[in-house]
Amino acid sequence: MIPEDLKYTAEHEWVATRGGTVRVGITHFAQDALGDIVYVQLPEAGAKVDAGDSFGEVESTKSVSEIYAPIGGTVTARNEALGDSPDLINTDPYGEGWLVEIEATDPAAVDALLDAAAYRELTQS
Amino acid sequence: MLTPFAGWTMPLRYGSELAEHHAVRGAAGLFDLSHMGQLEIDGADAAALLDHALVGRLSAVQPGRARYTMICAPDGGILDDLVVYRLEPHRYLVVANAANTAAVFTALTERAAGFAAEVRDVSARWALIAVQGPRAAAILAPLTGADLGSLRYYAVDPAWLAGRPVLLARTGYTGEDGFEIYCAPEDAPGIWAAVAAAGTPHGLVPAGLACRDTLRLEAGMPLYGNELTARVSPYEAGLGRVVALDKPDFVGRAALAARREQATEVLVGLVSGGRRAPRHDYAVLDPDTGARVGTVTSGAPSPTLGRPIAMAYVAADRSATGTVLAVDVRGSRETVTVVELPFYRRTQEGR
Repeated sequence: MIPEDLKYTAEHEWVATRGGTVRVGITHFAQDALGDIVYVQLPEAGAKVDAGDSFGEVESTKSVSEIYAPIGGTVTARNEALGDSPDLINTDPYGEGWLVEIEATDPAAVDALLDAAAYRELTQS
Repeated sequence: MLTPFAGWTMPLRYGSELAEHHAVRGAAGLFDLSHMGQLEIDGADAAALLDHALVGRLSAVQPGRARYTMICAPDGGILDDLVVYRLEPHRYLVVANAANTAAVFTALTERAAGFAAEVRDVSARWALIAVQGPRAAAILAPLTGADLGSLRYYAVDPAWLAGRPVLLARTGYTGEDGFEIYCAPEDAPGIWAAVAAAGTPHGLVPAGLACRDTLRLEAGMPLYGNELTARVSPYEAGLGRVVALDKPDFVGRAALAARREQATEVLVGLVSGGRRAPRHDYAVLDPDTGARVGTVTSGAPSPTLGRPIAMAYVAADRSATGTVLAVDVRGSRETVTVVELPFYRRTQEGR
């Protein structure tokens, strides 16, 4: 459940590069640990974020987890479908359950994130 | 998913905790509660000992019946909340929270001095499986010769279930009709499998600690460590009805008589108009001045109500139903309204 073609953070986010922007979500591991997600708070398009900033929250019946920006840039889109169907994060964390898209200030910063092998090691330790 | 809990490894959830929650409200859930502690009180003075050691009048409980009660410190603070079953005239089973069992055993043993009664920790001899939900009776009926229709709410009877001897009690912690099955640990896997097989056509699912917490919260039932602590008395917790102050003497009586008149904070229910749930330890504020007026003890998005709910201790003058307050949810305020507990009440009352 750790796609090879994505990048990852130690905070259990995934990053997919799509041209000049990146799409961000939380991993299967993260959604499984959180349980059924009932509410997501995300920044609006246009918001500026710095790498490592907390820019949203994912809330389940049992707990709340902050979401951290994997890279700095400008939010260009957020997944509006999550407003009515936050459970998409549980059912399809790498697909329909994506969170935001960010236009990266420095697209090369993505290269410094964890690759699938490194993230797998992190979740197994 | 498993989680460490009071020295046990417990099922947090088997699949989706929301699905488990809705199954218990709509059909039935199967819980492994073997972590709960059991103490047996045996002897000619068993009833007198419990009248002295606990806040309730356990001598008035008929054999075959159960009572929700508490054990308090001499200062009136709650040491644990308990379900006590009177199995025979001189024999009681006291069920304690797992984390408190050792402390309750120690306190009961000390308080037993001078009474002709023995206190034994029999936790290792009892496994506990609960079947909770509107379909519970229909699921268990084919597995037992016991007459479930005559087993009333808070009654207990020795019975055979799936070919094994059990104590069958109509008790629970979910706000639904249901049963708790006390059995020998070696019989538990067979009973679990039999109930699961009989229940599956009724919509029964295995259910974990996560949904147990949201179920009990909706039902307005307190949890030790959240609503109930050694700092609060049963009066502050809104459970003064469990204290029999008219008993001539019991541990904590003088302090409780005083605290009954002095409760400055009381436990209330809160319903939020927002979507971010108040959680344990969050501050309750005056919505106008921002002054702190209380503390959240438990909170979650209610699966049944579809909005966040919480229990909180608030200043007595802010506790009236309908009072508008605010909760500091990680730096921003959510508006909440004081409501009567419970948040959820099943429509068909148990017998």
